Amino acid sequence: MKKEHVKKSVVILIFLILVSIPFGMKKYEEFVNSDKLENRSEIIERYGFFLEDVTDNMGVDFVHRRPVVDEKLDHISPQIASVGASASVVDFNEDGLQDFYLTNSEFGSNNALYKNFGNGTFIDVATELGIADLNRREDGASMGAIWADYNNDGYEDLFIYRWGKPTLFQNNGGETFTEVENAGFPDHVNANTATWLDYNNDGLLDIFLGGYFKEDVNLFDLENTQMMPDSYEYATNGGLNYLYENQGDGTFVDVAEEVGLQETRRWTLASSITDINDSGYPDLVLANDYGVDEIYINNYGESFTNVGEASGVGFTPKSGMSVSFGDVLNQGKQAIYITNISEAGVLMQGNNLWVPENDGESTETPSYRNLAGNLGVEIGQWGYSGQFLDFNSDGNLDLYVANGYVSAEPDTDYWYDYAKVVGGNRSIIIDANNWPDMENRTFSGYQANKLWLNDGAGRFREVGNNVGGALELDSRSVAYADLFGDGSLDLIVANQHQAVKIYRNYVDPDHNWVSFDLEGTISNRSAVGATVLLYWDDKQTRRNVSAGEAFSSQSQRPVFFGLGEVNQVEKVEIRWPSGKVQVIEGPEVNQKHFIKEPSETN
Amino acid sequence: MSSIEVSQPLEALKKIKIPPGFIGPLLITAIVIAAHVSFGVLDGWEKFAAALLAAVVTESALHKIVVGEWRNLSSAYISGNSAGILVRSPFLWPFALCAAISIASKYIFRFRGSHIWNPTNFGIVIMLLIASDSMAVLSIQWGNNMWAMVAIWVVGLLVISKVNLANICITYVLSFIGFAWIRSMITGDLFLAEIAPLTGPMYQLFVLFMITDPKTTLKSKTGQNIVAFLIAFVEFFFRLGEAVYAPFYALFIVGPIAIIGTTLWKEWKEGKEENRPESA
Repeated sequence: MKKEHVKKSVVILIFLILVSIPFGMKKYEEFVNSDKLENRSEIIERYGFFLEDVTDNMGVDFVHRRPVVDEKLDHISPQIASVGASASVVDFNEDGLQDFYLTNSEFGSNNALYKNFGNGTFIDVATELGIADLNRREDGASMGAIWADYNNDGYEDLFIYRWGKPTLFQNNGGETFTEVENAGFPDHVNANTATWLDYNNDGLLDIFLGGYFKEDVNLFDLENTQMMPDSYEYATNGGLNYLYENQGDGTFVDVAEEVGLQETRRWTLASSITDINDSGYPDLVLANDYGVDEIYINNYGESFTNVGEASGVGFTPKSGMSVSFGDVLNQGKQAIYITNISEAGVLMQGNNLWVPENDGESTETPSYRNLAGNLGVEIGQWGYSGQFLDFNSDGNLDLYVANGYVSAEPDTDYWYDYAKVVGGNRSIIIDANNWPDMENRTFSGYQANKLWLNDGAGRFREVGNNVGGALELDSRSVAYADLFGDGSLDLIVANQHQAVKIYRNYVDPDHNWVSFDLEGTISNRSAVGATVLLYWDDKQTRRNVSAGEAFSSQSQRPVFFGLGEVNQVEKVEIRWPSGKVQVIEGPEVNQKHFIKEPSETN
Repeated sequence: MSSIEVSQPLEALKKIKIPPGFIGPLLITAIVIAAHVSFGVLDGWEKFAAALLAAVVTESALHKIVVGEWRNLSSAYISGNSAGILVRSPFLWPFALCAAISIASKYIFRFRGSHIWNPTNFGIVIMLLIASDSMAVLSIQWGNNMWAMVAIWVVGLLVISKVNLANICITYVLSFIGFAWIRSMITGDLFLAEIAPLTGPMYQLFVLFMITDPKTTLKSKTGQNIVAFLIAFVEFFFRLGEAVYAPFYALFIVGPIAIIGTTLWKEWKEGKEENRPESA
């Protein structure tokens, strides 16, 4: 063979190797994920848990209806009215059983509160309690709900945020709810997120409310169609954010501007709190659509400083949809998970798992590194809620991610038209009239949710199809709770314009757990903002108590720790919002512990 | 301010003597730095570096294997930059792979001693075919400021005019606008929506760098203008078929056909000239 031919063959071989790399990677991934087990006990033995769709068995027949927006938006209404299905967990009557609340959105449709009767039966009691008929033209469409005891009377109250009027309902001893009149909330906002927090640690819970569309836009009666984002990545025309400070007398005052939370007009879709720098005050993380995400460090209850860009989190603009915190490596540090959009061949933002790099000293600016790719939790699809929970109680936090935007006519696609417009200049993208008609086309629809199992060694593996948790609906909100009182975390998935799904979780009986239900006395009674550190098996695991996380979701208040086969715990340390630190040595495993904050004299 | 003062910077720009081989690398470096500092346009420096490194290593290795000597790496540098900007992926490897495939294509697909595809165009299209579940192409904005967009077009066209290729950009843009109008008639979508992509960075890179690649453009002005028109024409059909990356596919098809066709036509014509009996 001539030398020239040898050279040519080598070059061709190199080229063929290069183009076959993705194919090889795909085949390897298929091989790794090919174990399909049929038998439930085999699945539990392999993965430590099994999920069963028990929605029908529980008698839950809730179907979400999307809001009907102004006819000027008819051509793109499925993408405008693409949110509103939410789930929040609460024990509204203090009977120790976890109930859950689901929002609807279409005018005339009812929200639902499913009361847990403790025997596997759940009945919607929202109508008799006065919190069902909340989607009315005069009030707006429900987008989500958060629960906490705002007046420290022992019962969890309900805050509804809408495209319309945000409203607080006071819980009257678990018997009825009464709207708190003249509470100080605005008549109209377009909110898609809210979270309870006691920002100044005065023992009274405040409310953060995040705006999406600008507050002067009435989506049900538009003045004009110039209401879309003015940029796909750098939008500056979103809704204002608010911080409602609880005055202790049933009224709230917006202090957002004076504490530095109204410096930007981003399109906020999700918010949640945790104490990032161990200052004892709750910090705020915001996931923003059409822009960068933000971290607001709480300056000891006086003001907030946005360190998003400095921390590394807020540099590259994406489509932030969800915020959740999880100590994924059991190092006593919370990572932040933010979902974005990944659509094969069109837009690959990837979800972010921001893992803290520094020790979190309160004087330091926090620093984060995105390890989503390294840990294998980067490629979702059109993501909404990303929720951390320990499915198999092995002590490692797993991750459930809701996916899917608009499932309409199968085998159709709106992406081309969408991509055409969002690449355009401000003057084009901002006007809904310029957006091509969706014509009932699917837009990132029929996407499977992801269930990533944490192997405890720094890798997550997708097992949704293998454990009974596969779901291809337009999922939005994901909440977890021990609905059946068996020491495992069950899953509630609210789906847009579709039926809710509830999965009962059957966990390997050899896996131990422990949970803590906190009650504040000096701190707010719901203990929102408390940090719980569990010392076990030479590890330190952190959880925090929040009331509103992921995308329009709220999970059970008691903090839960899986322990795997470890059957004893060294101690648990509770850092109350009041500043008190409580340590309990060797709490019993496989029990829920009720912990009351020590009073001043105790 | 007088008109003389206004024109001074332009005159000064025209007087700057930049070796033609450095114009491309300098322009693309300036755009990358400006775009990233202003808008964080890169997925990350490490991904950009992976593309750059892969391009340079592949070029060096393949040139050494094929030609037996090391070569000037400015064209690999441009291809690496282009892949680093255009590829969007949460992973590192698509950046490197796209750059490597782009460079390798120059050594595989040749006609009469020259490569026939713009390397980055080839790399992007192949990546979209083999790895679309792991990558996408830059298709969104650099900010929302009209002036940033206008500035990039003006500076880009000025620089491209220094190598006498601005006619390609102008012909393509005018053709695109014409076809956009026809598309809006057919689809019923607004004309503004149809021309919206032109205002985004993907098109700025496509028009200023890909279709003006001196190695894969024709020599004659008429030929260049016809090819630019044909790219827009073929793209028109890809767009009617709702292909998100229509311009890349169009160039992928039209580019090599134009080069091969023109070369063959020239050879045939030259052959005819040679065979023609000499006149008395």
